[in-house]
Amino acid sequence: MATYLEFIQQNEERDGVRFSWNVWPSSRLEATRMVVPLACLFTPLKERPDLPPVQYEPVLCSRPTCKAVLNPLCQVDYRAKLWACNFCFQRNQFPPAYGGISEVNQPAELMPQFSTIEYMIQRGAQSPLIFLYVVDTCLEEDDLQALKESLQMSLSLLPPDALVGLITFGRMVQVHELSCEGISKSYVFRGTKDLTAKQIQDMLGLTKPAMPMQQARPAQPQEHPFVSSRFLQPVHKIDMNLTDLLGELQRDPWPVTQGKRPLRSTGVALSIAVGLLEGTFPNTGARIMLFTGGPPTQGPGMVVGDELKIPIRSWHDIEKDNARFMKKATKHYEMLANRTAANGHCIDIYACALDQTGLLEMKCCANLTGGYMVMGDSFNTSLFKQTFQRIFTKDFNGDFRMAFGATLDVKTSRELKIAGAIGPCVSLNVKGPCVSENELGVGGTSQWKICGLDLTSTLGIYFEVVNQHNAPIPQGGRGAIQFVTHYQHSSTQRRIRVTTIARNWADAQTQLRHIEAAFDQEAAAVLMARLGVFRAESEEGPDVLRWLDRQLIRLCQKFGQYNKEDPASFRLSDSFSLYPQFMFHLRRSPFLQVFNNSPDESSYYRHHFARQDLTQSLIMIQPILYSYSFHGPPEPVLLDSSSILADRILLMDTFFQIVIYLGETIAQWRKAGYQDMPEYENFKHLLQAPLDDAQEILQARFPMPRYINTEHGGSQARFLLSKVNPSQTHNNLYAWGQETGAPILTDDVSLQVFMDHLKKLAVSSAC
Amino acid sequence: MSQQGYVATPPYSQPQSGIGLSPPHYGHYGDPSHTASPTGMIKPAGPLGATATGAILPPGPPPPGPHQFGQNGAHAAGHPPQRFSGPPPVNNVASSYAPYQPSAQSSYPNSMSTSSVTQMGSQLSAMQINSYGNSSGMAPPSQGPPGPLSATSFQTPPQPPQPSILQPGSQVLPPPPTTLNGPGASPLPPPMYRPDGLTGPPPSNAQYQSPPLPGQTLGAGYPPQQANSGPQMAGTQLSYPGGFPGGPAQMAGPPQPQKKLDPDSIPSPIQVIENDRASRGGQVYATNTRGQIPPLVTTDCIIQDQGNASPRFIRCTTYCFPCTSDMAKQAQIPLAAVIKPFATIPSNETPLYLVNHGESGPVRCNRCKAYMCPFMQFIEGGRRYQCGFCNCVNDVPPFYFQHLDHVGRRLDHYEKPELSLGSYEYVATLDYCRKNKPPNPPAFIFMIDVSYSNIKNGLVKLICEELKTVLEKLPKEEQEETSAIRVGFITYNKVLHFFNVKSNLAQPQMMVVTDVGEVFVPLLDGFLVNYQESQSVIHNLLDQIPDMFADSNENETVFAPVIQAGMEALKAADCPGKLFIFHSSLPTAEAPGKLKNRDDKKLVNTDKEKILFQPQTNVYDSLAKDCVAHGCSVTLFLFPSQYVDVASLGLVPQLTGGTLYKYSNFQMHLDSQQFLNDLRNDIEKKIGFDAIMRVRTSTGFRATDFFGGILMNNTTDVEMAAIDCDKAVTVEFKHDDKLSEDSGALIQCAVLYTTISGQRRLRIHNLGLNCSSQLADLYKSCETDALMNFFAKSAFKAILHQPLKVIREILVNQTAHMLACYRKNCASPSAASQLILPDSMKVLPVYMNCLLKNCVLLSRPEISTDERAFQRQLVMTMGVADSQLFFYPQLLPIHTLDVKSTTLPAAVRCSESRLSEGGIFLLVNGLHMFLWLGVSSPPELIQGIFNVPSFAHINTDMVSIFFIAFMLTIVKQREQPEMVFRQFLVEDKGLYGGSSYVDFLCCVHKEICQLLN
Repeated sequence: MATYLEFIQQNEERDGVRFSWNVWPSSRLEATRMVVPLACLFTPLKERPDLPPVQYEPVLCSRPTCKAVLNPLCQVDYRAKLWACNFCFQRNQFPPAYGGISEVNQPAELMPQFSTIEYMIQRGAQSPLIFLYVVDTCLEEDDLQALKESLQMSLSLLPPDALVGLITFGRMVQVHELSCEGISKSYVFRGTKDLTAKQIQDMLGLTKPAMPMQQARPAQPQEHPFVSSRFLQPVHKIDMNLTDLLGELQRDPWPVTQGKRPLRSTGVALSIAVGLLEGTFPNTGARIMLFTGGPPTQGPGMVVGDELKIPIRSWHDIEKDNARFMKKATKHYEMLANRTAANGHCIDIYACALDQTGLLEMKCCANLTGGYMVMGDSFNTSLFKQTFQRIFTKDFNGDFRMAFGATLDVKTSRELKIAGAIGPCVSLNVKGPCVSENELGVGGTSQWKICGLDLTSTLGIYFEVVNQHNAPIPQGGRGAIQFVTHYQHSSTQRRIRVTTIARNWADAQTQLRHIEAAFDQEAAAVLMARLGVFRAESEEGPDVLRWLDRQLIRLCQKFGQYNKEDPASFRLSDSFSLYPQFMFHLRRSPFLQVFNNSPDESSYYRHHFARQDLTQSLIMIQPILYSYSFHGPPEPVLLDSSSILADRILLMDTFFQIVIYLGETIAQWRKAGYQDMPEYENFKHLLQAPLDDAQEILQARFPMPRYINTEHGGSQARFLLSKVNPSQTHNNLYAWGQETGAPILTDDVSLQVFMDHLKKLAVSSAC
Repeated sequence: MSQQGYVATPPYSQPQSGIGLSPPHYGHYGDPSHTASPTGMIKPAGPLGATATGAILPPGPPPPGPHQFGQNGAHAAGHPPQRFSGPPPVNNVASSYAPYQPSAQSSYPNSMSTSSVTQMGSQLSAMQINSYGNSSGMAPPSQGPPGPLSATSFQTPPQPPQPSILQPGSQVLPPPPTTLNGPGASPLPPPMYRPDGLTGPPPSNAQYQSPPLPGQTLGAGYPPQQANSGPQMAGTQLSYPGGFPGGPAQMAGPPQPQKKLDPDSIPSPIQVIENDRASRGGQVYATNTRGQIPPLVTTDCIIQDQGNASPRFIRCTTYCFPCTSDMAKQAQIPLAAVIKPFATIPSNETPLYLVNHGESGPVRCNRCKAYMCPFMQFIEGGRRYQCGFCNCVNDVPPFYFQHLDHVGRRLDHYEKPELSLGSYEYVATLDYCRKNKPPNPPAFIFMIDVSYSNIKNGLVKLICEELKTVLEKLPKEEQEETSAIRVGFITYNKVLHFFNVKSNLAQPQMMVVTDVGEVFVPLLDGFLVNYQESQSVIHNLLDQIPDMFADSNENETVFAPVIQAGMEALKAADCPGKLFIFHSSLPTAEAPGKLKNRDDKKLVNTDKEKILFQPQTNVYDSLAKDCVAHGCSVTLFLFPSQYVDVASLGLVPQLTGGTLYKYSNFQMHLDSQQFLNDLRNDIEKKIGFDAIMRVRTSTGFRATDFFGGILMNNTTDVEMAAIDCDKAVTVEFKHDDKLSEDSGALIQCAVLYTTISGQRRLRIHNLGLNCSSQLADLYKSCETDALMNFFAKSAFKAILHQPLKVIREILVNQTAHMLACYRKNCASPSAASQLILPDSMKVLPVYMNCLLKNCVLLSRPEISTDERAFQRQLVMTMGVADSQLFFYPQLLPIHTLDVKSTTLPAAVRCSESRLSEGGIFLLVNGLHMFLWLGVSSPPELIQGIFNVPSFAHINTDMVSIFFIAFMLTIVKQREQPEMVFRQFLVEDKGLYGGSSYVDFLCCVHKEICQLLN
């Protein structure tokens, strides 16, 4: 099986693709019996330092409904200078430039190692990146100060020709004009009135000179000085101005009386930001970066009223249908998100406040446009500052690790159809022959728009095998899938990345073992989890859990080895062995459980879960626990309460939190100050080791996780205790007082109980 | 508000069925039934109204009256034959004077100085008039041979300057009538021959008047007369100088213009003014007596408050109210007071005392809430007091107790202003404040139209430059170091720009509000600032504004959103204030209050003409209400180069107690001084904000109607966003019940307002008037200037609802009624054809004619609609002095100026005949100023004024640096601009119509005669 693991890993590294099944069941019926759908996690911009882009354009299949890109899987007739599309079997003439083609003189896209290839497109004007800051001024003084400093700092990180704009909001919304001498000028909008894009553009004086070229690409501002240049200026020109402007930014001056929230017009501010870019730079890479320190309290998109005595909605309120602003606000932000997505812009939300800020309602802005969502306690924390800085980190080429305005086009061979995708994307509603009628996630299309993506943005793409049972695929036949990603590189070039993969078909009746062995349980777990989370957004939590359970049971029934009605006989093969455990933790995860989480937190967790790559997603599902002790080198240990021992230091990574937990004894030692004694230097080192490891994770991750350093009995130990498998609780008292770990005060079932039930149900013939 | 609208006279203001049935008609305007009603009172003059305070225009027959009239009568009697017999009228006149000269000479000055009887005999021989008493005498050819008594037929003289004869008669009677001796009729065009109410339709009627107008009302008689002079109806009637085109053949008999009515013989406003000056000028006028008649507004004197409000604050149309409403109805004299609560007090008079009762606040009657004043009667040893207004007996609050002296007066009578003075102020307690919070100091917001044309012509730069200096002079309380008034700045074209000029800013910040549909204030802190603190930022801003919009090509402007913005800013700052808007064009941009050009000359002189005076949309009306509700006054400086719809734009300034300034076709080099001067004055002037005025009266009558820059949400509270020292409110009173001669009629006007430093105060003015059951007393106590103020305002208000024609008719009718009533009830019996004017109303006809000739009431397409709307609005807030000057301009012969003396030369009457080729005249009406130069004016004067050698060298475009205060227009005799100047010679026939004084007098006389019959 090691071969499969290697194969999977190799594929992931080369193509950024992980399939749930690496050998595909050859008929629709069989495929549905596999329980876990044929699907893949695809990272369109998988970092490939070894892959220089080619400087020409791809060769496309001439069939209008296909337009697949020439790839290594195509059959080529070198003499006739013809190639056969491997998706539609159309025979195509090579373009004249390929005249010199031969077996030995192949273009890169025909070489097998270039199953993923990137083309650079020269045509079309390049437009600079656009960063539009939308800043909440209803912040505490030090919060605002910190935010201002972060923003000023960010100016130095932007490419000099990038365009920046500034919108501030509080009770009113101000669009700042950035090129004024002698007087600072801003356009002010009422925070309570929703405006159409047209109104906004009229009011900002963005009367467009007849722009026939708008259809193509917006021209460079240098050549066609837009009126909008007043609001969006190249960084190098207004660096000083904007720095001063940000420096002079004051807190919202309108008085906030006792017992009231400040009036915050987030909804209108976003609407204006969207309208501004919509009118001036459609289909150009642009980030709207919303920095907010509290919930929208007025106007369209308001989430809570300004009376402090009425708290912001909780899950409880939502269940009771008591969240009176939620639906309307959500609708408002969804409308904005869709418009933004249509324009190819993305919206980031940086929400820093101790209370909720309305992420639940605003989540679609980031989710649908591929923007970032960052949640923190304050702008004056390293969590925010470093996360924000990390957005502007650069890759080895000196380019931002972000891309804009991507469209992902998926093509499949005839036996397959596309059921949908789950990730930071919106449907482009391109119906084609390879689009399935059954939808999983965002379906009904073969193309999606991903307005903002970075090198790890990952989509789950679901397929349906449509080959009929009675039309067997010839032995050795392979199914192929091509991912064509058009995007705007951060260097402002347009690029196309093409990934073409193929997998073997197998007859499930005769070759089930093959299929079973080719099961990628990690990918499957994440893909199922995405489906579950996707459903959870629209369905009741318990329904989703029941659905997940049923799927798991069916999978066990299908692939387990057992004697009927004998739970003890139940076995799963290696390729499935971890899957139930993933499901167990998934059931307990904040993605599906809303208990103990605010709606905002749930939205935040789900947002990240839906876009991270497989490794990170797995960490989210099942956090990693490392143990540090004098008994040996650091080692991963079971995410189980039994791992919590007095003489251990534990490091837990849940993706969102890094928790360092000192066992009881260790904590006492530290309290006694042994680490400062020269003779106990080893203890000092022991204490230091998890800190260093944690630092490493912190440095690499985006968004920066919450860093928690706690000890036995500490209040923040709850972060650890809530994650571990509660194998010892107050209910199974036998463990009390024994050195076998820490009991968790919970009624949740432990993994053991879960597995027992699973086995029982799997072997039962009743279901 | 009263449906009766403008009409003032008692008979008309009585509810009548006609009114009830025709609500669209305001008052008796437009309701013919009213005009007929007076006929009821017409009956032959009683024999010898011995008490006659009046003027008699003796017709031919010797009056049967006392013998002092004899001469006059005899003299007059002697005329008729001459009149019709011989052509040499001049001689005739001369000769007719001769016999009486001595007596006339002796009596005349006497009569003038004592304000007593003036008798003027005047043969209105030039006119053909039907005597109603004897219409049969009207021979078809209108030979007018009529017996002096019977039918005096006149014909309109062919020459504009009506010859007439003035006969200053000797006078004896103490309440001296002014007798205008003449045939007692005015020039009547044919339609004026009344078929009704007379013994029978005179034959002439059929001849003169092609369509007989059987139902013609009394009022209808006049307009045709007007039509004579105005070309618009020339088709049907004669044009003025030509005589009656309809019946010239008949009229043009020998009797035609033999004798002309001498303009000098008819009452002269100048003479009246000068007489009053001579008798009362420079003296101390103490207001210690109830119902005493103050000096004329034109007379300078020192006023001492001794228990009644100074006439500077309140002037009444009459100082003796009729006891009953019947009487009031009979006389038809409007009972009104013109209140100017913040009138400027000269430095030689005592300013108002400020009374502070601390937390207990002013002492007020429990029932009617009147404030403690000299009319409260203390009783029971000072423990209680009886309210002079409602007669309620109140306990004296303990803190206010004081013993009474032997005459029942409190011992502290002279220590407390509220017990001994007519006017004083109270410090208001929190109960009198909005939301029971002390008000914030007011704010001034300057709002500048920065559209293309204003930038281009330099106006914006001028304003910005001027603001820098004028802001140094924001009004402040005497004791304060700096002004408490905060200032803010907004510029606008199609969008609004607010400026943050907070003192700690390095540079001003501009905030653009483009949502003009729903305007709001984008900033709170830093918009309204203390000028001293933010001076550098403000100067920085004012320097930048002209450049900032230098590249702007924006031509469209908004207007209502601008006011809205200012109002919202004040609301947000929770303070009252004043907006100074500098605007120049019709607001055509898409926004609330958007206007279109609706200046339709075709509407002029139709029933729809009133539309031109109404605002185009009701946006401005509701905006004004909002403004008043938040204490936001709007002052508008308009610089129109074409039609800007003043009627709409000016509505908010008017209703919010602001001022409208209009500089048509503003030219930087000519008009900037005038504008800057207005701006400075307006900023610096004394003003109270967020005011509410209540006029309380003693039982028996009450205030029923209010005119001025005010807004009323109910029938009693007069709300004013601001009221400054130039604004007056005219209040009309009506009877509820009988008034008693003993207790008189008491008026208390209380104005609650916020001072410029943000103090809440009450300003109280008290005035006691007499009551009488004798009509003669009433007529004796009238004040023509106040009457005219009332007439002007009520007419100008009625314009909004009624056709102008009707309003003009009513004005004439009412004039005739008032005079006829006097004639009938007070004057000594005399021939019906005598015109007898009460002394107090001697100049009423000339003033009334001035009002009728005002461009507002003239339906002439030549006159700009905006100008009419502007003047209409201007008059609505005028005080008595202003309206007097406005309607009867002052014409000063500059060439007679004695450089050594400080006094101005005596004014001359506004008539071309008073100008002389060798003179230089200055004409002032408070709005315009003209310097008229005769063709042969003395070169040395010209040299002195213009620094050019002669008349011919004067360039009228240049502005003399000596006259920077007014928009001075230099007019050279016999040059084109003289036409404009001529309009202000109000005794002459108007350029655009409007009869001459003499014509009008005759017309009124005729009306009176009709009434008397």
